[in-house]
Amino acid sequence: MGKSAKLIIGFATGFANGLFGSGGGTILVPSMEKFMKIETHKAHATALAVIFPLSVLSIFFYLRSGQLPWSEVLWISAGGVIGGFLGAKLLNKVKTPWLHKIFGLFMAVAAMKMIMG
Amino acid sequence: MAWLLHIIIGLISGIISGMGIGGGTVLIPALSIFFKMEQQTAQNINLLYFIPTAIIAISTHAKQGNIEKKQLSPLILLGLAGAAAGSLIAVNMNAPLLRKLFGFFLLAMGAYEFFRKEKKSEGSSLHESVQ
Repeated sequence: MGKSAKLIIGFATGFANGLFGSGGGTILVPSMEKFMKIETHKAHATALAVIFPLSVLSIFFYLRSGQLPWSEVLWISAGGVIGGFLGAKLLNKVKTPWLHKIFGLFMAVAAMKMIMG
Repeated sequence: MAWLLHIIIGLISGIISGMGIGGGTVLIPALSIFFKMEQQTAQNINLLYFIPTAIIAISTHAKQGNIEKKQLSPLILLGLAGAAAGSLIAVNMNAPLLRKLFGFFLLAMGAYEFFRKEKKSEGSSLHESVQ
């Protein structure tokens, strides 16, 4: 895989992650698996290390332009850290194929609601 | 009691991202649809929310040697340029339009989750969760 292709993947990841405040991993992980032949587990880990600095830079631009409800951010993040551990435990116990389908449907419904306004 | 709702939505998003599906796909729509937040605010919160979990996950992965260090600099190099461009466009866009665009992005991600082929032993820990 050429260096220029990596640069393009990196740019696309940063762009989507900045534009949508999420989704960098959605682009980066499959790209690393497909084009760079990195195994799934390492692709996830490497993606985190790539997206971290990109998110920090995006946060800088977002914060510069608007106010944030900080107490809400704290509560949501606290829930998120606990949830992350619970999710990791559940992952080993729950069969995921149907779970991904259900989440996919939920995401589509939420997406339609956001598109229709 | 609003704080309880915020913990709960954070918890649900965390569980889902811990299971290997991007947490932003839950948190951002929830903040936008149920909490009526402006799209940029919801996205900013998702970016911030990612930071503490990411720090824990990255340090664990680094110890386990899961991070392909050689790949980092080429990806991050233009990644930072992309992040600056994407963020600047987002913060200057009108909120309802950004919300619609996000909706299309979410629709694509939903379709990807729905149709993707399951791999054996997909994910194994919290540290799989990527934004």
